[in-house]
Amino acid sequence: MIAVLKHELSGYFHSLTAYIFSAFLLAFVGIGALIYNIQSAVANFEYVLGYVCLGFVVIIPILTMRVIAEERKQKTDQLLYSLPIRTSQIVVGKYLALLVVYLVPLCIVALYPLIFAQFGEVYLLTSYGSLLAFFVMGAAMIAVGTFISSLTENQGFAAGIAIPVILLNYYSVTLAEYVSATASGSAAALIVIAVLLGLLIRHLTKNQNLAYGISFLIMLAVAVLFFTDSSKFEGLLPDIMTKLSLFERFYTFVNGVFDLTALIYYATVIIFFLFLSVQSLEKRRYN
Amino acid sequence: MIAVEHLTKCYGDFIAVSDLSFEIDEGHVYGFLGPNGAGKSTTMNIMTGCLSATEGHVRINGYDIFEEPKQAKRKIGYLPEQPPLYMNETPAEYLKFVGEAKGLKGLELKKQIEDVAGQTKIDHVMDRLISNLSKGYRQRVGIAQALLGSPQVIILDEPTVGLDPIQIIEIRDLIRQLGEDHTVILSSHILSEVQAICEKVLIISQGKLVAFDKPENLEKLLLASNGITFTAEASKEEIDAILPEISRITEWDVKTQEDGLTAVSVRTGSENVKEISRELFFAFADKKKAILEMSSKKANLEDVFIELTEGDDRAVSDSLEESGVDVE
Repeated sequence: MIAVLKHELSGYFHSLTAYIFSAFLLAFVGIGALIYNIQSAVANFEYVLGYVCLGFVVIIPILTMRVIAEERKQKTDQLLYSLPIRTSQIVVGKYLALLVVYLVPLCIVALYPLIFAQFGEVYLLTSYGSLLAFFVMGAAMIAVGTFISSLTENQGFAAGIAIPVILLNYYSVTLAEYVSATASGSAAALIVIAVLLGLLIRHLTKNQNLAYGISFLIMLAVAVLFFTDSSKFEGLLPDIMTKLSLFERFYTFVNGVFDLTALIYYATVIIFFLFLSVQSLEKRRYN
Repeated sequence: MIAVEHLTKCYGDFIAVSDLSFEIDEGHVYGFLGPNGAGKSTTMNIMTGCLSATEGHVRINGYDIFEEPKQAKRKIGYLPEQPPLYMNETPAEYLKFVGEAKGLKGLELKKQIEDVAGQTKIDHVMDRLISNLSKGYRQRVGIAQALLGSPQVIILDEPTVGLDPIQIIEIRDLIRQLGEDHTVILSSHILSEVQAICEKVLIISQGKLVAFDKPENLEKLLLASNGITFTAEASKEEIDAILPEISRITEWDVKTQEDGLTAVSVRTGSENVKEISRELFFAFADKKKAILEMSSKKANLEDVFIELTEGDDRAVSDSLEESGVDVE
C-alpha cells in the first residue's frame, strides 16, 4: 500500500495533475475570498467555502479521472494484479495519494482565516470546522470519482461521467422541490432505483440471479409496503434526494453547526465507493 | 514447483482453457506453444493470479494462487504480452516502485535493482523516460521488473514478439541465462524459437494440452514419416529402374529439374536412415550415376505440431500459417 501511495504521489507531482488541481482550487477559493471577505468585508470565511464548493464539479473529475482508467489503458493493471499486494491495498493506496494531493492546497487555504484574523474578528471555530467538512466532503467525492474511473479505460469518459454525477448531486436538493411528492410517485421512483441497482450489481458481479434477485426483493418490499401503508411513501422521493446530497450536509457546517452525523455520513460514502472500486477491479479478474 | 490441476476458464459460452493439467519442475526452460487463441495467455494470466479460473487450481510451491495469493505471487515474476510499463517514468523509478510493491526495502532494493538492470543490460538507460526507449529495451525493462524480488519462476508471455532479429537473439540469450538459476516458462507461437531455447515443450491447442515432452522426444514421435531426399544426375526412367533394387524402399517421388538433374524424395519408414543412404549411394555408383546432394529429412517440431493438432480442427493449421509460424 505504501509503495502504491508513494508511486502515485510521485506520479502526480511529476505530471501536471497535482498542480492544475491545486491551481484551480486556490483560484476558486481566492476569488471567493476576494469577493466575500475583502470586497464585501464579511468576516465569515466559511461562506467562501460554501460558495466555492460548486467548483468540485470541475476539479474533482480532473483529479480522479485517470486514477484507475489510466492503468487499464496502459495495461499496467496486469502488473498490479501480478504483484503480491491485495486489490484493496491498491485502491486505498491510490485513494490516499489523491487525498494528499487534495490536502496540499487546503493547507494553504487554512492560512486565510488566520490572515483575516489579523485585521478584525473572524469566527475561527466555524471557519476551521467548515474547512474540515470541506475536506471530508471533497474526500467523499474523490471516492465517487475513483469508482467512476474504475469503470472505464477512457479518462475522458470517466471525467464525462463524474461531472454530471457531481452536478446532479449538487442540484438534487433544488430538484427535490420539483419531483413528485405523492406516494405513488415515490413508489415508482423506488422501483426504478431497484432496477438500476440490479443492473449495477449485474455489471459488477456478472451474476444475473443475484442481481435480479436483489432487484426483485426490493420491488416486492416496495409493493408490499405500498399496499399496506401508502402514507409512508408520502414525500419519500424528495426526502431521499435531499438525504443523498453531499453538499446539503456541508451547508450545516457553513451555518455554524458541527454535525458529527454528517462526518459519519461522508465516511460511509467513502468506504462504500472504495469498496465498489475494489469490486470493480476484482471483477476484471472474473470477467 | 508449479502444479496446474484441471484448469478451466470460460468466457461466457466460449471455453478458452479446458481441463488443463500439468506439472512443472524446478530449473528448466519450458516452452508454451500454440497458435494464436489457443489459450496460452489465458493460462499464464491464471497462473500469475491476474485472472480467475472457472474451475481448477494452480499451486506454486504448494501455495494456491487463489487462496494464498501473496505467498504464491512472491515466487513468480511475470511479463505479460504487452509489457506493463508506465510510459512517463524512467526505468529507475519504475523498478523502484515494483521492488517496493514486492516488499523490498533500502539497500536490498537498491542492490536488486542494480543486479537486474545489469542482467538485462539496461543500466545505461535507467534515467531515460520509458516512452523514449525502443521496443527491445522496453521488453528488457519488463523482464527486469519480473526478476525483482528474486522469484523462482519467471513467466514470459511471447517475449520476442515485435522485436527485430538482433533483439530477438539478445532476448533469447537472456532467457537462456535466466534458465540457469530460475525456472522459466515462455510462450510462443514460433516453433523454431521454442526448439532453440526450451528444454521441455507444452503444446496447447484450443485450450487443451496436446503434448508435453522434450523437443527431441516430440520429434521421435514422427520418425515414421522420415525420408531421404537426393539429387541425382540421371533421368527419371533410370532412377525408376535403380530404386526397386533397394528392397527397403517402397515409395518415391521423382521430379525432373530444368538443369537435367532429377530430384528424388524417398520415404523410408522408421528404419535406419544411414543404412539406406549408403545403399542408395552404392546402387547409383554401380550404375555410374552421380548423386550430387543427399540429405535425410527429419521431422521437426512444426510437423509434430501440425500432426498433433490436425485431428482437432483444420482451422488450427490454417491459423498457424497465417500467424507466420514458418519463419525459418
